[in-house]
Amino acid sequence: MDMKVAKKKLGLKEKYRALTRDLGWDTTYQPKDAVFPYVGYEGIKIHDWDKWEDPFRLTMDAYWKYQAEKERKFYAIIDAHAQNNGHLNLTDARYLSALKIFLQAISPAEYASHKGFARTGREFPGVGTQVACQMQAIDEIRHAQTQIHAMSNYNRYYNGFHAFADTRDRIWYTSVARSFFDDAMSAGPFEFMIAIGFSFEYVLTNLLFVPFMSGAAYNGDMATVTFGFSAQSDEARHMTLGLECIKFMLEQDPDNLPIVQNWIDKWFWRGFRVLGLVSTMMDYMLPKRVMSWREAWDIYGVENGGALFKDLARYGIKPPKGWDDAEKAIDHMSHQFMLGLYQWSFGTAFHSWIPSEEDMNWLSAKYPDTFDKYYRPRWKHIKKLADAGTPFKNYGLAKLCQTCQLPTVFTEPDDPTLTCHRQSVYKGQKYHFCSDGCQHVFDNEPEKYVQAWLPMPQLFQEPINGDLGAWMEWVSLRDGKDNGDYAGSEDQRNFEAWRGLATTNQ
Amino acid sequence: MSTVFIALQANEETRPIIEAIEIDNPQAVVNRQPAMVKIDAQGQLVIRKSTIEEQLGRDFDLQELHINLISLTGNVVEDDETLTLSWNS
Repeated sequence: MDMKVAKKKLGLKEKYRALTRDLGWDTTYQPKDAVFPYVGYEGIKIHDWDKWEDPFRLTMDAYWKYQAEKERKFYAIIDAHAQNNGHLNLTDARYLSALKIFLQAISPAEYASHKGFARTGREFPGVGTQVACQMQAIDEIRHAQTQIHAMSNYNRYYNGFHAFADTRDRIWYTSVARSFFDDAMSAGPFEFMIAIGFSFEYVLTNLLFVPFMSGAAYNGDMATVTFGFSAQSDEARHMTLGLECIKFMLEQDPDNLPIVQNWIDKWFWRGFRVLGLVSTMMDYMLPKRVMSWREAWDIYGVENGGALFKDLARYGIKPPKGWDDAEKAIDHMSHQFMLGLYQWSFGTAFHSWIPSEEDMNWLSAKYPDTFDKYYRPRWKHIKKLADAGTPFKNYGLAKLCQTCQLPTVFTEPDDPTLTCHRQSVYKGQKYHFCSDGCQHVFDNEPEKYVQAWLPMPQLFQEPINGDLGAWMEWVSLRDGKDNGDYAGSEDQRNFEAWRGLATTNQ
Repeated sequence: MSTVFIALQANEETRPIIEAIEIDNPQAVVNRQPAMVKIDAQGQLVIRKSTIEEQLGRDFDLQELHINLISLTGNVVEDDETLTLSWNS
């Protein structure tokens, strides 16, 4: 009788070696430098690519198995959401503004990230690095697709979801996220890894996804909880890749330190500006709030980022240059952003609104040093204008920062009553900035940023030539449906009517 | 000492995993949030395959953690038996 003997399985380390390192080869038809032309030009010195370790030691066979399982879970819930009128379980359709911003700005960023990692994986000569970048490239395209798919359920019922691709390419506020990723993708492979893998994923992504998912769970949005969780289950691997990458660079050669520090300074500030929009979501857009932006920053910025930079101090890394300015901005930024979104709401493919008295009381409890002093009086004034039938609309065009492309709505780090404005002159042209951080980024690489596509100058070019109606058509914004105040919107009327039908027998 | 954390989805699969983490890390603080459980620990957090298997009542591959993982911090060291998160400061 044959005895059944369990086949000896390879241990994690042996399997990782067999399915990554052992798949690599040395080039013979061409010199290695010609095959990997971009790996040297940023000045980063690498002596031994085999020192790169993926601490999770994930191999492609295991990767496909676990990703397939994530997809099955995802689609089971998305089906249930669609079959059970999941959209009527939302706390309130105001919540959808956060989703619309996500679809228009963040999902396309996932796609951009996919392209970036596919390219970077090709440009790095190390096999471990190539495999990790390949997995992340596939993850990122999966995120873009599952997000678009999940949110398409809302497109059947609500405005502002119908033209995210046009919005991504053409509307003004999405250029903030787009330029961020274009900036990273047009950098060298090592800078890309610091930009996306480290600064965005490791230092900042928790601030985006964790409160966003909890926010979705709090507000009855099963579809988003699901895509959020499915995406986030990949993020732990992405964050770890980012951290490994930076440690690898710093351990390979001491000359890498100043280059890496400079990228950390740049990309922390760039990321902080992009993710600033999350602050309005947390403080204003969630009808049922999870925690304030300040509370999230204390957990994921101060505590977590603080621990990270203390750990990296052994290599000589210092916290990013803009760290203190960021801390000073935390208690102000969500209010400054939301006031900006409200006054330019004629040009946004989502709704904004004046916070209710109850909302404002919550804000003053969460921001005891700033809200009542600086922001409540402004909202009260805006409310008075709206009640008098003369709502405050700013039809002037926002002045945009040449680096982050946000309107220059922020205040001086040490004086919240004074708008922060910086300018640099380069080759006879004047460029405007929202902060020291953004000016600094520009001054280091002016040739790159003078080429930025800015949405405001576009308004005066073909095919728009300064005509607001033509602009709306060009960006696929339907006036009176997608934009403006939530109060009185079609989304509000429909949600209330449908919810009424769902909960009564009328 | 800095805090490390791991955040897992709150579901039937992670319940025994979280119990195992609590057994192996008596210093850990378990924060139960909507749809998510965040486990904080000073300095270090160890996740052991054998303890999870005892709680789960079946074989468990540590890489299965990826399915329900939300986030983590610290330097990651993983082999067949353990996954450790730690800061060097």
